[in-house]
Amino acid sequence: MTRDEGTYKAQSEHAAKTETRHEGTYRAQAERAAGKGAPEHRHNRQRTKMVAPPNDYLVPERDALLTPVLECRHLGIDFGGLKAVEDLNLMVGKTEIAGLIGPNGAGKTTVFNLLTKVYQPTRGTILLDGQDTAGMDTARVSREGIARTFQNIRLFDSLTVEDNVKIGLHNQVECGMWSGIFRAPRYWLSEQEFHRRALELLDVFNMADNADDIAGSLPYGAQRRLEIVRALATNPKLLLLDEPAAGMNPVETEELMDNIVKIRDDFQIAVLLIEHDMDLVMGICEGIVVLNFGKVIAKGTPEEIQANPQVVEAYLGKQE
Amino acid sequence: MDKIRNMSRESRSNFITYGMVIIAYAIMQALASMHAISSSMTGLLVPITAYICMAISLNLVVGVSGELSLGHAGFMSVGAFTGVVAASALAGAIESTMLRLLLSIVIAGVAAAVAGILIGIPVMRLRGDYLAIVTLAFGEIIKNLLNNLYVGLDARGLHFSMTDTASLGMDGGKVLVNGPQGAVGFPMISTFTAGFLLVMFTLIVVQNLINSRSGRAIKAVRDNRIAAESVGIDTTKYRLMAFVVSAALAGMAGALYAQNYTAIVPKKFDFNTSILILVFVVLGGMGNIRGGIISAALLTILPEKLRFIGDYRMLMYAIVLILVMLFSNNAQVRMQIEALRHRISHRVDDQLDAQAAKGGDAR
Ligand SMILES: Nc1ncnc2c1ncn2[C@@H]1O[C@H](COP(=O)(O)OP(=O)(O)OP(=O)(O)O)[C@@H](O)[C@H]1O
Ligand SMILES: [Mg+2]
Repeated sequence: MTRDEGTYKAQSEHAAKTETRHEGTYRAQAERAAGKGAPEHRHNRQRTKMVAPPNDYLVPERDALLTPVLECRHLGIDFGGLKAVEDLNLMVGKTEIAGLIGPNGAGKTTVFNLLTKVYQPTRGTILLDGQDTAGMDTARVSREGIARTFQNIRLFDSLTVEDNVKIGLHNQVECGMWSGIFRAPRYWLSEQEFHRRALELLDVFNMADNADDIAGSLPYGAQRRLEIVRALATNPKLLLLDEPAAGMNPVETEELMDNIVKIRDDFQIAVLLIEHDMDLVMGICEGIVVLNFGKVIAKGTPEEIQANPQVVEAYLGKQE
Repeated sequence: MDKIRNMSRESRSNFITYGMVIIAYAIMQALASMHAISSSMTGLLVPITAYICMAISLNLVVGVSGELSLGHAGFMSVGAFTGVVAASALAGAIESTMLRLLLSIVIAGVAAAVAGILIGIPVMRLRGDYLAIVTLAFGEIIKNLLNNLYVGLDARGLHFSMTDTASLGMDGGKVLVNGPQGAVGFPMISTFTAGFLLVMFTLIVVQNLINSRSGRAIKAVRDNRIAAESVGIDTTKYRLMAFVVSAALAGMAGALYAQNYTAIVPKKFDFNTSILILVFVVLGGMGNIRGGIISAALLTILPEKLRFIGDYRMLMYAIVLILVMLFSNNAQVRMQIEALRHRISHRVDDQLDAQAAKGGDAR
C-alpha cells in the first residue's frame, strides 16, 4: 500500500463526511469497491471489501487533504535498557499548532531529538512532508524543513543578535568562501540580503532594536524569542518549540502565544510545541498528544485532554 | 542606519589593524634606511613578519574555530621546504627574485593546504583534547619525515628520496634538501617589504573570512555545535575550512621565513615552535587578531632585547610571560579592569549629560 493511501485512509471519518477524495487512484478504488464503473472482470477474483484501517491520527480539518508535515510511525529509541520513547504514532497537519505534553522525564525532548536526528531512532519511521528522513543527519533535516529551539537555550552567545539570525539564514542566502575572502560582488549582495532578512525576521518579535546586542547578554525571555527567530530564519515547514514559555513572566507568555499564532498564520507553517504551562497549551494548541514513560497515553483536542482521566492521573498521580 | 553603524564598527576595527601594521612597517622601514636600528634587530624584521602571519593564521583555528591545534609549526615547515625547493627549481626560469619569492610562497601555500586537508579530514572527526593530541603528533611526524627527506636538482629536474643522497641518482647538479641537515645553500631572497605584504595578505584573508557567511558559520560551530547543526550548518565542512585556510597561510609564512636564511633545518619547526605560536595567540587574546599581532612582534623581539642579561634572559622571558598571562587571563583582574573602565565611561557619560543639560540641547 502506498503512503498516500495509508494516510488518507486514515482520514476515514473525514473522507466519509466530505466525500471528496483528491487522490484519483483512491477515488477509482473506492468507486470500484462501491460497484460503480467497475471494469470487466477478467480474473475470477473474489470482490474484496476495502475499509480504512483504524488509527488514531488527528489533524485539523483544513489540513486533512494536504500531505501532513510530519508523520511518525512506531517511532522508538532505547537508552541502554530504558525505552525512552516507544511506539510513537503522530501526525501534524500542514498548518497545525500541536502540543506535546507530559510529566517530567516523559520523553518529550527525546522526541524532538529524534525528529531532528540528534539521536538516530532505534525503531520506526519519520516522514517529513511525505519524505522519509531515515539516514539524514541533523543539518540535512534542517535543510529539509525542521527547525527547533532548545529547552536549555542554545544561542551563539558571543555573537550579536543579528549574527545569530544571519546564521539561521545560512542556507537561505548563498555566498561561497572565495567570494567572502576576496569580497566579490556576490559578497556585498549577499550581505545586504542577510541584513535585510535578519531585520525583517527580528521584527516579528519587535527585536530589531536589539540587533547589535550580544546574544548571551540578553534577558532570558529575549533569548528564548531570539531562538525562535533564528529557527524561523531557516525557512522551516515545521517549527519545534521546546518549552518556549519557560522562565517567561505571564505578560511575556501572553505575547508569546499571540506570536506563535501569528507565525503560523504569516508563514503558513506547522508548530509542534512542548510546554508545561497549561494555559499556553490549552490556549493555542489545536491537537495535543500526551506522553508518559515514553508512550502516548492520550490524543485529542484541548477539551478532550482536559477531561481525560488518564491524563489527570499521569499529572497528579492516582487519586484514591 | 543600524546597518551603517554595524558595518562601520566592524570595518573600523579591521582598518585600525591594517593601519597599525602599515604604520609599524613605515616606521621600521624608515629607521632601517637611516641605519637607526641595530643589525640584530634588522635580522629580526623578516622573522617577526613571519611569526605575525603564523599568529594570525593560528588565531583562525584556535580563536575563531575554537579548536586547540598544537602542530601549527608543522605546516610552517611544509611551506618552508616546499618554498625553498620551488624557488631553486624556478631559479633558471625566472630572473626576478621578487617574482620567484612570490611564486615559491604561493606554491608553499598550496602544499601546506594539501597537508592541511590530508591531516584535517581524519582530525575533524575528533574534538577537544583528541584533536590537540593528533595535531601534536602531526607536527612531530612532519619533522621526522623531513629529517629523512632528500631532494636534489640537476639538469633533468628534481629528484626525491627518503633514504640518502646517493639514491637520488643525480648526475652533477645540487642537493637541495639533505635529510637532518636540512636545506642548505639557497639564496636569501625574503625582504622586509615582502614580509609586510604577506602580513597584509594574511590579515585581509582572515578578517574577510571571519566577517563573511562562512566565517559566521565557523563561529557558530565554535559557540554551539548542536545549535549550528540544528540550523543546517555542516559543522565538519566549516571546521575543516578554518583548519585548511590556516594551514595554507602558515605554509606561506614558512616559505617567507626560510628564505630569510641560507640554510634551514627541520628541527627549527618542532613542538616548541608550535607552542611559541600558540603563546602569541593566547597572550594576544584568543580570537583577537590585533592582540596576536602585537604579542607575536613583542615576544619575538623580547628575547633579543634581554640578551644583555645573559643566561637569565630566558628566565626573565618566562616571568614576563607568566605575568602577562595572569593579567590578561585572570578573571578577577579582568573584572576589576572592566569595572574601572565602566566607571570611567560612566563619568564621561555623566559629563556629557551635564553638558547637554546646560546647553539645553540634548544631542
Ligand atoms: N542521552 C540520553 N541517555 C540516556 N538517557 C536519556 C538520554 N536522554 C534522555 N534520557 C532519559 O530519557 C527520559 C526522557 O527524557 P526527556 O528529556 O525526553 O524528558 P522530557 O519529557 O523532556 O522531560 P522534561 O519535562 O523534564 O524536560 C528520561 O528518563 C531521561 O533520563
Ligand atoms: Mg524536556
